[in-house]
Amino acid sequence: MIVSKNDIPSFLDKLIGEYQVFAPVQEGSYTLFKQICSGADAALTDGNTKLPAKEIIFPQSEKLFSYNVTAEGAKLESIIDDRKKVVFGVRPCDAKSLTLLDNVFNNDKYQDPYYLTRRANTILVGIGCNSPASTCFCTSVKGGPFDTKGLDLLLVDIGDAYVVEVVTEKGKTLIDNAGFASASEADKAAAAKAKDEAQVTCQVNTDGLKEKLDVNFYDPIWEKIHEKCLGCGACTYLCPTCHCFDIVDDAVDCNGCRVRNWDSCAFPLFTLHGSGHNPRTSNKERYRNRIMHKFKYFVDNFGEIACVGCGRCIKNCPVNMDIRVVLEDVRGSEARLDS
Amino acid sequence: MQKLADQIKDAAKKLLAEQKVDLVIGFAEGSLPLRGTPLFARTPEEADKLTWNLGCENNLANYLRKREGKVAVVAKGCDVRSIVALIKENQINRDNLYIIGVPCSGMIDRKKVNAILGGKELLEIEVNGDTATLKGNNCSETAKVADLLHNSCKDCRYGNPVIYDELVGELLPEKETDDFAEIKKFESKTTAQRRAFMNSEFSKCIRCYACRNACPVCYCEECFVDCNQPEWIGKSALNTEDNILFQVVRVFHSAGRCTDCGACERACPMGINLRLLTRKLVKDVKELYNAEAGVNMDDKAALATFTADDPEPFLVKE
Repeated sequence: MIVSKNDIPSFLDKLIGEYQVFAPVQEGSYTLFKQICSGADAALTDGNTKLPAKEIIFPQSEKLFSYNVTAEGAKLESIIDDRKKVVFGVRPCDAKSLTLLDNVFNNDKYQDPYYLTRRANTILVGIGCNSPASTCFCTSVKGGPFDTKGLDLLLVDIGDAYVVEVVTEKGKTLIDNAGFASASEADKAAAAKAKDEAQVTCQVNTDGLKEKLDVNFYDPIWEKIHEKCLGCGACTYLCPTCHCFDIVDDAVDCNGCRVRNWDSCAFPLFTLHGSGHNPRTSNKERYRNRIMHKFKYFVDNFGEIACVGCGRCIKNCPVNMDIRVVLEDVRGSEARLDS
Repeated sequence: MQKLADQIKDAAKKLLAEQKVDLVIGFAEGSLPLRGTPLFARTPEEADKLTWNLGCENNLANYLRKREGKVAVVAKGCDVRSIVALIKENQINRDNLYIIGVPCSGMIDRKKVNAILGGKELLEIEVNGDTATLKGNNCSETAKVADLLHNSCKDCRYGNPVIYDELVGELLPEKETDDFAEIKKFESKTTAQRRAFMNSEFSKCIRCYACRNACPVCYCEECFVDCNQPEWIGKSALNTEDNILFQVVRVFHSAGRCTDCGACERACPMGINLRLLTRKLVKDVKELYNAEAGVNMDDKAALATFTADDPEPFLVKE
């Protein structure tokens, strides 16, 4: 199927009646996923949004339930967001990140109703990347600029129109009644050409990385790697796969809410025990955890690297800690089985 | 720039080879165009990576607190002011610090570069005298370097390091005094307008604390936002009021200590206008006490001293 770019706003307007529609919106110098009230608000520009699409399914702060304690007892009211959503214009890397997060929130030990309800009620409409940025390395982490993992529909930009590829049944239902024309052979050829020409120039070699991380917990390389890291949470909060969270009670007297907030392994409070002991005493241990979690622990637990190569951490680090360089340093370091 | 880079490299190698210092902290070429990145060199070979360019924007004073051993630092005017402030607060031992001072006429703001490229990615930058050529994918723009500088660099009156052990490069001419024009403009707004601006600006905050961590004078062992017993501030990002509270406390805490280096604003991934608050305090401290942080080794920090003549405008109904 094919849809003209001019028809996108009216298509989105129709969806807005039935769904909460999220799309990239221009906010000053960058774009952010926001719920839109009008299709015209969608800013389908090049590149990634500042914050990843994960916040729609796994918000930075979400109320889990509210409570009210009286002499008669405690009254709980769970807050589950089951509104139907469409995320329009999500990039393949961001969509893939959700398939990784699914492992965390839906596994043998635990099923998270908050995440899973949102996930089940959300349709992801992707737009492939015709011109990946120099910091994009999705192809090195089993993704690609037109990868359909996690997507329900994929749009391929062929200039003044998008060729629509149906990935799932859920995606199909969204466009069944949209009145899109069938893509001609020429349109299909243009889409194939766009896919062919999209070059992900940056490659990150992960060969042997996991094996190295399996044994280098105490390697002196970490002393060197973390040295310039400021210990802020910019990389973790801008990362589509970081998912650590903290749960707090937001209460006045006996009325309150239990809230789940994003947390960051870079913060001193992250693993601080009630006893006052902190197993990750300094920035070295905290930064090491970030790398270990993505490239070792997640692989141990779920068989995949928890990085989709979106490049946000590279672009936004205040001191240019570049994960590509860090991984190269780790791979190049001497594995120390004995220490 | 290349000449400066070579001079810095030579100075650092000499210090390390002669074992006058154990470590030199400076800048290496970063992984992105226009990006210097902090470098920690412990051998003359490592010091070979030192460089100097218009992207050496980080305040390296941040890495000097409570260091063991002898350390040399490559320091711009703003880094040196922060160093002076930290020496006075007993965070840096002057005897163990060797300052390679570099006069600085400003660093380029990548946000301004992005705006000129219309959001396209910068792939290469060439600086020729006072003109910069910015190259992106299938696009190229030229701009005056002066127009691309960080606002903090435009406002800076201390490009020349106020103290140093060795100077590389030429001292720069003095600039006119700072007129705080944008702060005066903000002050002239009504309370409601100021509040509305704060709300819109701080609704962008994601509480990553990059501003705090990039600030050389933010070094409390436990920041009040990290404390959860008692919980001084809401931990969630649901509430802009809490974001404002965080910033206001941070800024008040740095009153009389902030050198207006702009590190907070440069670090913010969300592009929040943080210097509006820090500079308001810089202006107040200057007007009330005729004091500026870190401009010489003699003055006491404005809020760490008291005289009977200190103005107390808050006691007087205006």
